[in-house]
Amino acid sequence: MTDTLKPRDAKDAEDAVRWALDHDKTLEVVGTGSKRAIGRPSQSDVTLNLSAVAGVTLYEPDELVLSAKAGTPLAEIEALVAAHGQELAFEPMDYGPLLGGAAGAGTMGGVIAANLSGPRRIKAGAARDHFLGVTAVSGRGETFKSGGRVVKNVTGYDLCKLLAGSWGTLAVMTDVTLKVLPRAETTQTVLLLGLDDASAVQAMSLAMGSSCDVSGAAHLPGPVAARMPLAAVAGAGGAITALRLEGVAPSVAHRRNALETLMKPFAALSHFDGADSVALWRAVRVVVPFAASGADDDRPVWRVSAAPARGAEIGSRIATQAGADVLYDWAGGLIWIALPPSGDAGAAMVRGALAEGGGGHATLIRSPAALRAAVDVFQPQESAVAALAKRVKDGFDPRGVLSSGRMWAGI
Amino acid sequence: MVAMPALDAAVLARREAIVHALHGIVPGEGVIAHEHAMRPYETDGLTAYRQLPMVVVLPETTEQVSAVLRYCHTEGLKVVPRGAGTSLSGGALPLADGVLLGMAKFNRIREIDFANRVAVVEPGVTNLAVSQAVDRAGFYYAPDPSSQIACTIGGNVAENSGGVHCLKYGMTTNNVLGLEMVLITGEIVRLGGKHFDSGGYDLLGIVTGSEGLLGVVTEVTVRLLKKPETARAVLVGFPTSEDAGDCVARIIGAGIIPGGMEMMDRPAIHAAEAFVHAGYPLDVEALLIVELDGPQAECDHLIERVSEIARACRAVTLKVSTSEQERLLFWAGRKAAFPAVGRISPDYYCMDGTIPRGKLPLVLNRMRAMSERYGLQVANVFHAGDGNLHPLILYDANKPGELDRAEQFGADILRLCVEVGGVLTGEHGVGVEKRDLMPTMFSEIDLNQQQRLKCAFDAKGLLNPGKVFPVLHRCAELGRMHVSGGKLPFPDIPRF
Ligand SMILES: Cc1cc2nc3c(=O)[nH]c(=O)nc-3n(C[C@H](O)[C@H](O)[C@H](O)COP(=O)(O)OP(=O)(O)OC[C@H]3O[C@@H](n4cnc5c(N)ncnc54)[C@H](O)[C@@H]3O)c2cc1C
Repeated sequence: MTDTLKPRDAKDAEDAVRWALDHDKTLEVVGTGSKRAIGRPSQSDVTLNLSAVAGVTLYEPDELVLSAKAGTPLAEIEALVAAHGQELAFEPMDYGPLLGGAAGAGTMGGVIAANLSGPRRIKAGAARDHFLGVTAVSGRGETFKSGGRVVKNVTGYDLCKLLAGSWGTLAVMTDVTLKVLPRAETTQTVLLLGLDDASAVQAMSLAMGSSCDVSGAAHLPGPVAARMPLAAVAGAGGAITALRLEGVAPSVAHRRNALETLMKPFAALSHFDGADSVALWRAVRVVVPFAASGADDDRPVWRVSAAPARGAEIGSRIATQAGADVLYDWAGGLIWIALPPSGDAGAAMVRGALAEGGGGHATLIRSPAALRAAVDVFQPQESAVAALAKRVKDGFDPRGVLSSGRMWAGI
Repeated sequence: MVAMPALDAAVLARREAIVHALHGIVPGEGVIAHEHAMRPYETDGLTAYRQLPMVVVLPETTEQVSAVLRYCHTEGLKVVPRGAGTSLSGGALPLADGVLLGMAKFNRIREIDFANRVAVVEPGVTNLAVSQAVDRAGFYYAPDPSSQIACTIGGNVAENSGGVHCLKYGMTTNNVLGLEMVLITGEIVRLGGKHFDSGGYDLLGIVTGSEGLLGVVTEVTVRLLKKPETARAVLVGFPTSEDAGDCVARIIGAGIIPGGMEMMDRPAIHAAEAFVHAGYPLDVEALLIVELDGPQAECDHLIERVSEIARACRAVTLKVSTSEQERLLFWAGRKAAFPAVGRISPDYYCMDGTIPRGKLPLVLNRMRAMSERYGLQVANVFHAGDGNLHPLILYDANKPGELDRAEQFGADILRLCVEVGGVLTGEHGVGVEKRDLMPTMFSEIDLNQQQRLKCAFDAKGLLNPGKVFPVLHRCAELGRMHVSGGKLPFPDIPRF
């Protein structure tokens, strides 16, 4: 059991890093630890748990801005903004179910450190696009800030972008400021039934390139649809392709009409509105079909980001070669893959198919710790980029005290 | 005026050899060394600053950029990248002992990929040219700086430029997916691609908005969006700026994010109306243009709601565009606001702070007081939806001392923006212009941390020195650790 330090505030967090520097200790930076099983297994001496550095410090709905201490539960923030008819438009996914933990356990800092997003990524962006300002402690034990509380800001380097998706390896975030947006009044989903992967990606591509303003485009092949928690999807007896429309009622009605006309040539259509639509996208967002509590699910899970139009080519190749299940989100640009266990968790095959399919990045999200220590969990980088990333790490954390080795050896 | 880095006499003494060597890399007319031919490069959109470069190089291929940078790196030569030279913050201002690297010849659109909704373009392509190239299929590139006929995508990436539609569609950083870039060492790196997000550190996000200090961008992959079916605008006049500000807050409070929401104050309204005759009311203190876009049904619905809100906020005039022609007319005045002010004053100085929207009345009032104190008029155009102010300070450069006063007035406005919780620049960049104001927003620790990032990309500090950072520290010095010395005891933090 490693020691855990639980700072009460930003000052404590700074003291903890300074202490670690003074005593040659390394820290594993976590919020509640809900995503701890992602990345190379921790080699740190002490856990730095930020969950007590919590609380919303500013929320001005009219200004579309919210600030919170990094350890604030995401659930608390989502409930608060929902009470004002607003939301985090990037729809952060929750790794809880996939990793076999509880749902809703993550912190805001963790959401940003992992640059989470959800189905609405295709329209609204990821955490990085909504992250306006930060105060953080570098691996030098110095507290710095970047950004601010306004959306339009180009003053100095945008360090928020760099911290988003840095998995605790550069700095300990203590305070974060985010953009919030009004929640859509209405949501409806148009469903296409029984498409193969290639036709589904074609249909989604056409829908995305229309003026229907689609805010979610996912394809669930038959076996994956069968694992969905909605009876109407699980019982459809085949693949389901879902296209989400959100907005004011007259607009959604008009766009649904247009979208159905556009999609008719592809497949038989159906639709969900209200609660069913919401439930469907919640399930896609957290990848319920591959949840660890599901039927057989201790299979390794990969998250692959690729050029959307190449999605089916990559996904089908892996599905056929490995007997894998795949779920497509982002109109084909995000491929979730669950494969039968194997020596390298399928790394060579998944990354090979991705390279053939035009490139992108593949991250091993779920697998036993021993495998995560042996294979590249994060996409290996081309040498000049890897060297640059290492120099960036050294600029923030020269002694490697912060979650070092989590993304790549030495980083 | 802001001081530039000290001249390197040894470099200037070698000028002839340097020009010769650069000719060897970029043959023919790609190297410009004659004074009169370099004149067009002596300034950018911040025309108060002028400086001839040592030499201008106009490469045509990534390999040439790489070879030029490798040479400059080896020889210790400073390099200033340049797109179209429309920067309003002096980002492309040359250095007397530096190489000006013009990217104008990188002007091809390499690929249009409708299936993935992206275009792959060279950095010298103008912003508008991207939208024009995809217009036939009903697509466009969303960020739309007012300078879009001239400014380049490379410049947009370097400045993280915005436009009137970025309230709804985001700035450059939200609309770029990939880059090819050359580091000062000559190494060529690719960041991102046609997919979303980074598999590692978001270096693409850092390079965007880095003002030419981290590398030279040689290719950009931008997102394309389908054009909205329709757009309609409402023109609303208010008796006070408080009422207009209130209206903006209530529109957003009602859950409406318009495609664009622009405000002008009385001096700006009068200047614009005199110039383009857009039909603006002249007896109001503030004018709001609210544009809704999307399907007809959506625009009609939201126009109705926005109009109701405006009436409840004491609007004294309210006109809804009934044709595309009328919508464009509403915008014509706003879009011509800078030149319109240019007509009523020999010179003007354009500022670019951002404030929390609710502080607008306060900031406008304080600005009025400053205007009296400095004896200089100011006209305001304002991206009201996202709090980005563009005060235009009117002055006459031929009157002794006026430029100085205008600069001081501008600096006071920016300090005020920071004081009320805003920032120094919303979209025009720090450049040389706001460089020395950085400490009003950032501590020394903040600035040093930013510079350590600079060191990761450019350890010798050769790319665009003199911009953004008031003091450039040596990387070796920044890398040093000053830990407490005596060992901190185990800190007083709860343990488990
Ligand atoms: C009338 C007018 C209206 C404007 N309106 C707006 C507006 O609405 N919104 C807005 O955001 N801005 C606006 N601007 C500012 C300006 O147009 C933008 O900053 C623009 O992005 C600059 O592009 P450019 O090609 O002219 O770049 P330049 O001015 O040539 O260079 C700007 C910066 O980019 C760097 N750079 C250029 N190309 C590269 C490259 N390939 N690689 C690396 N670095 C590079 C330069 O070193 C410099 O630091 C306006 C300017 C004018 C004159």
